[in-house]
Amino acid sequence: MTLDRPTPGPHEDREGAPPLLEIDGLSVDFRLDTSVVHAVRDVSLDVRAGETLAVVGESGSGKSATALSVLRLNPSPPCVYPSGEIRFDGRDLLKLSEKELGRVRGRDIAMVFQDPMTCLDPLQRVGAQVAEVLRHHTGVSRAQAKEAALAALDEVGIPDPELRYRQYPHELSGGLRQRVMIATALVARPRLLIADEPTTALDVTVQRQILDLLVTLQHKHDMAVVLITHDLAVVAETADRVVVMNQGRVVESGGVLDVFDHPADDYTRRLLAATPRLEAA
Amino acid sequence: MTTEATDAGAPEADRVLLRLDGLRKEFGTRATTVAVDDVSLDVHEGETLALVGESGCGKTTLTRLLLRLLEPTAGSVSFDGRDLTTLSAPELRAVRRQMQVVLQDPHSSMNPRMRISDIVAEPLVTHDPEARGRRARARNRERVGELLEAVGLDAGIQDRYPHEFSGGQRQRVSIARALALRPRLLVLDEPTSALDVSVQATVLDLLADLQRRLGLTYVFVSHNLAVVAQVADRVAVMRGGRLVEVGEATQVLRAPRHPYTRQLLDAVPALDPRKGRRAAQRAASPAAGADR
Repeated sequence: MTLDRPTPGPHEDREGAPPLLEIDGLSVDFRLDTSVVHAVRDVSLDVRAGETLAVVGESGSGKSATALSVLRLNPSPPCVYPSGEIRFDGRDLLKLSEKELGRVRGRDIAMVFQDPMTCLDPLQRVGAQVAEVLRHHTGVSRAQAKEAALAALDEVGIPDPELRYRQYPHELSGGLRQRVMIATALVARPRLLIADEPTTALDVTVQRQILDLLVTLQHKHDMAVVLITHDLAVVAETADRVVVMNQGRVVESGGVLDVFDHPADDYTRRLLAATPRLEAA
Repeated sequence: MTTEATDAGAPEADRVLLRLDGLRKEFGTRATTVAVDDVSLDVHEGETLALVGESGCGKTTLTRLLLRLLEPTAGSVSFDGRDLTTLSAPELRAVRRQMQVVLQDPHSSMNPRMRISDIVAEPLVTHDPEARGRRARARNRERVGELLEAVGLDAGIQDRYPHEFSGGQRQRVSIARALALRPRLLVLDEPTSALDVSVQATVLDLLADLQRRLGLTYVFVSHNLAVVAQVADRVAVMRGGRLVEVGEATQVLRAPRHPYTRQLLDAVPALDPRKGRRAAQRAASPAAGADR
């Protein structure tokens, strides 16, 4: 990564390892009928195994467009990638064919989104949707896939997985749906999870549970996480490093303690100052 | 509920503007859902009372009851000493002028085909016969201009349409509309939840400024306890249709008495990277997520 970073801590032992994901000089344009929107401009960032990188910004900052670019999920057209590389494990994902990328999606790199209902099929039972990921990516039998799916539902803290396996998404609460989506994302043991506003639609007590779950699972599986959020408090809670975006550009990046203690960019300072705090009472 | 205890410590314990007494609302005919269950609460003139709770706790139903947009199954609402449930239609209209509402979503709470001038003037036209017709036009424009300036917008935007404005600007238009009849009470139902954090900060500042200048009373509905900490004089915590705790903001948010309030507060992510589970992990095994 080319951005400023504080000196490595004494316990750092991953510094020498190459990053798992490396976005280098990425630009994303949306070519509309009469105009071009430069959603992402020359963005560089990286994530290592076992690390959580938070990408924080307000609406229109380009944070989601950046995240969606990794698996080329921006609608295209109108989306084009005029410059940049997205290297995962050394391969440039932007240059892969659809077919090659299909083997990465959901297997090496998984995503969870803000609204589980846009991700879960309302007409399919929950368990089948979790098992489908494994059936698609690996040669496992139906029975093995079911067993793994039940284990995945159990792992994300869903009580009575046997019952939930047979239910439809509408029979589950918002928090349980979010857990199912996480189970779906993690069942194939991806090395990188991209979570786009995973708790924004949830009540605060449910948000707490989901954030704790993500942190626990990441630690357990030594997974890299890219967390997209507008909420600096969520960043403080979960991230090791943070990238602040504004109007398509990275304005600041660094270790989470460093950015919170000594924000270098004016926009970061304003964002921190504008975030309400409980201690204000 | 412990209204007695809280009222004694309220910042402006003098005059009760709004009193809810034993309010109950059931929905459904056979299998009834009790959305609001025996809620009694006083709101004092000039204060900001925050109503907090998670989805489905009944906070929105409660605001509809206090505006009398819904009929309670039992209990009463009094505004400035008058029981809204017993008023005649013209009397109720007169009271309604004094209580206005600002809703969460500035996109759905405005007619996209109406100009800003008509949106802001609509309460005037509805409530005041003298504001109707051709002759009233010039005076309405002047009043709308004043209102727009009061909320930090340019008086010259009157002929434009809502889609031309950002979420924050639209929320300012909603506030201008709510102020048109010079109300005493504003019900603010998640007024900044749909806004970016930097825009939220400016709208919260505006609301505080208007309250100071106009002596307004706010019922501020929110699920965001950090926002509540910033704006509220008193806080009422709702769960399952009931008030579980009411008190001064500092007491409720710093020394909550009810376990549910504690649970809510503990769930709020701290704006401090040294707290939380990831920080604990970092401390336990520094290599897993080293700070660099």
